[in-house]
Amino acid sequence: MSRDLILQAIISGILMGLIYALVAVGLSLIFGLMEIVNFAHGEFLMLAMFATFWLWAVFGLDPLISLPLVAAMLACGGILVHFGIIRRLLSAPMLAQVCGTFGLAVALRAGAQFLWTPDFRTITSPMSAGRVEIGPVFIGQPQLVAGLICLFAFAALWAFITRTDTGLALQATAQDRQAAAVMGIPTERMWALGWAIGLGCVGIAGCLLSTFYYIFPEVGVNFALLAFVAVALGGFGSIIGSLVAGVLIGLTESLGGLLLDPSYKTLIVFGLYLGVVIVRPMGLFGRF
Amino acid sequence: MKPLLDVRGVSKRFGGVTANADITFDVNEGEILGIIGPNGAGKSTLFDLITGFQPMDSGRVQLDGRDITGMRPDRISALGIGRTFQKLKPFSDLTVTENVMVGALAGTADMKLARDQALECLAFVDLLEKRNSFARELSTGQRKRLELARALATRPRLILMDEVTGGVDQRTIPGLVELVLRLKEQGVTVVTIEHNMQVMMRLADRILALHAGRRIAFGAPEEVRAQPAVVDAYLGTVADAS
Amino acid sequence: MQGGTASMLEAAKAEHLWPRPPRWAMAIGAAAAALLLAYPFVFTSSFAHHTMILILLYALMAQSWNVVAGFSGQISLGHAIFFGLGAYSSTVLFAKYGVTPWAGLLVGVLLSAAAAVAIGVPTLRLRGHYFAIATLLIGSSVQIVFQRWEWVGAASGLYVPIERTSPWLYLQFHRSKVPYYYLMLAAAALGYLLVWKLRRSRFGFRLQALRDDHDAAASLGIAVARHKVLTFMISGAMMSVAGTFYGQYVLVLDPERLFSAEISILVLLMTVLGGSGTLWGPALGAAVLIPLSEYSRIWLGGTGRTVDLIIYGVLIVLVCMWRPSGLLSVFEERIRRRRTVS
Repeated sequence: MSRDLILQAIISGILMGLIYALVAVGLSLIFGLMEIVNFAHGEFLMLAMFATFWLWAVFGLDPLISLPLVAAMLACGGILVHFGIIRRLLSAPMLAQVCGTFGLAVALRAGAQFLWTPDFRTITSPMSAGRVEIGPVFIGQPQLVAGLICLFAFAALWAFITRTDTGLALQATAQDRQAAAVMGIPTERMWALGWAIGLGCVGIAGCLLSTFYYIFPEVGVNFALLAFVAVALGGFGSIIGSLVAGVLIGLTESLGGLLLDPSYKTLIVFGLYLGVVIVRPMGLFGRF
Repeated sequence: MKPLLDVRGVSKRFGGVTANADITFDVNEGEILGIIGPNGAGKSTLFDLITGFQPMDSGRVQLDGRDITGMRPDRISALGIGRTFQKLKPFSDLTVTENVMVGALAGTADMKLARDQALECLAFVDLLEKRNSFARELSTGQRKRLELARALATRPRLILMDEVTGGVDQRTIPGLVELVLRLKEQGVTVVTIEHNMQVMMRLADRILALHAGRRIAFGAPEEVRAQPAVVDAYLGTVADAS
Repeated sequence: MQGGTASMLEAAKAEHLWPRPPRWAMAIGAAAAALLLAYPFVFTSSFAHHTMILILLYALMAQSWNVVAGFSGQISLGHAIFFGLGAYSSTVLFAKYGVTPWAGLLVGVLLSAAAAVAIGVPTLRLRGHYFAIATLLIGSSVQIVFQRWEWVGAASGLYVPIERTSPWLYLQFHRSKVPYYYLMLAAAALGYLLVWKLRRSRFGFRLQALRDDHDAAASLGIAVARHKVLTFMISGAMMSVAGTFYGQYVLVLDPERLFSAEISILVLLMTVLGGSGTLWGPALGAAVLIPLSEYSRIWLGGTGRTVDLIIYGVLIVLVCMWRPSGLLSVFEERIRRRRTVS
């Protein structure tokens, strides 16, 4: 196996991992805030991809232009989901919480199949199309742009959480809901904000992903599984943890795909989850 | 006489916080031992260590001469130590009788027998009227009685009770105190955590006083109450709390 | 003890040990039993038989899931593993070695129980979401393995070889679905009987106790970890029986379908809809959701294939929001209070 091939795998693994990380960070944020696992997370990614697709197909908007729009749509969707469904599930037993978001996932996926058929779609020649050559390594330009924007989104999220009052309030709510409420932080609004940011991140990830990935109703399933792994590795509620874990998963996948039959790469990642969860149930990095 | 429960040099730290440091005491068969101490003195942790809910860092616990250090909670229960929890843990989706039956089933697989034993325990704690209610429907005081009945149904030789009178209506306290005294009459050995000093003086044959995870006094109630360290640590905070 | 308490104790001991359902509930039960026995002769179309066979099959599968979730409180999202193992065990043994599916059924049960131990021992000590996600990933992994495993037909799956000589020995009935119907009815009835007995046993009481609170259960002498693993085994074995019957019924094993997360999710949706932890909730869920998908397939044709799932999903979200303990729970709790001698 040549060194170039490995280098190639490392770079594409990191770029894909950044997308995983951005999907995972939303899941992580929501769990950190209210201890709810959003089992419909992958379906929101799918919706973001379809939104990007239709904006491109109908209005001719390039994904890079519709990016803020899609992110805003998903963020609004997050607020709707919070007030429409999640709020009522908070006091319910865990089984109802799991089934509630699972039911939503089933309905969204089936709805997408009903409306748009199970066909695979692609966005042909987006603005970022092309290939970059760095020494011996070829990188798809869409992937590179996506990776850079993901990094930027992470930096923005990090700055927001740690440098602004609202971000600090969000952290406080995640750490101790009651204490934060006593200090005058409106819990309910923080939760809604968590959903908005969480799904906003999914919106960005979905939009970027649609520039180089197939768009179909079941696309979210595998991404959601990987996001669960990332969140479990990084620790529920940890932003940096999600970033590191996402990239780690991307790397594991691409290097594993080199060494083994590509179809087994997912198994390695799942094995990683089981190993970590059983040895260290709180994840590698703890919270926030 | 050999003690029923013998606790030697038990220590436990959580991160940098010392919950229990080198605690030694014993409990004689048939007595009521009271444990007092301000919040955070390490009383509930001590219960968790004795009953196996938390691993201890060092030390040793013997029940009737048998080493039970490091055993699983269910094994310790089977050997005859029952307990209640400070934060009540009823089986909310079971009825009151069913809750207590779970305890009685430790000793028998016969459901009818277990039911009858459960009803007897419920009669003992004066909760028979609520037998067909669901546990989640009970008041705090009733839940405490339920938890006691459940632990009693396992027919323990020794029962550890965490704050019997804590958080309940003042009027029900005398009833609960009488309950503990009746337990003693029946030959059950009792270790009880208690905040109410008056209650404690009435109940306890001996008292163990803890402060900041350490034993500051151990002996007859009058002796313990007279110790300056106890007056400082315990009575001081009582004044704060009220 | 005072006299009042003593007489109340006597009265309490004279009460029935188990609740007595009201007459009307017994009447409904008797009518349902009679209808189930006579069903294939009342409704004679092949479609009617097929739908009812599926209802019975899923009622059994959902009950198996209910044993883990409703009694021991663990949410498994990978139950399709045991379903697939059951189907593959009997089919591999028959297709490759000519062994009767009845023996295959037994092998499947043993394999599934073993798999339940292998999966359960490391994962059942994880709490809540971590266990759910672990089972989801393990389920997905098992599917990947079966899709790649040449010896069992990889992605194209396996066919059950047609055998017309001795239907009851080979569990294949090519003339009519009626024998399948009664087989499924018997299997489901056995499964429900088992769970009914379980709920009235020491073991069942202990499971319900640890579902509600691990610590309190342990303080009463219950070995929490061992009970959870045992429950997972029982549940896996039940699911495996359903898998074997399903394999013999459709005669084609497709790993894409057998090990799909969809099956794991369907049994969850059915149980939660009807009421997890209740005896009849899973059956009610199956009886609502299966006809919904079978009929929507007919009414809406190919394009309507996913309408049933949309309705399922929305229904479940609504149930979780407004009646998180399921449709039957309130009714069942009312019955559980009825112990007094009238």
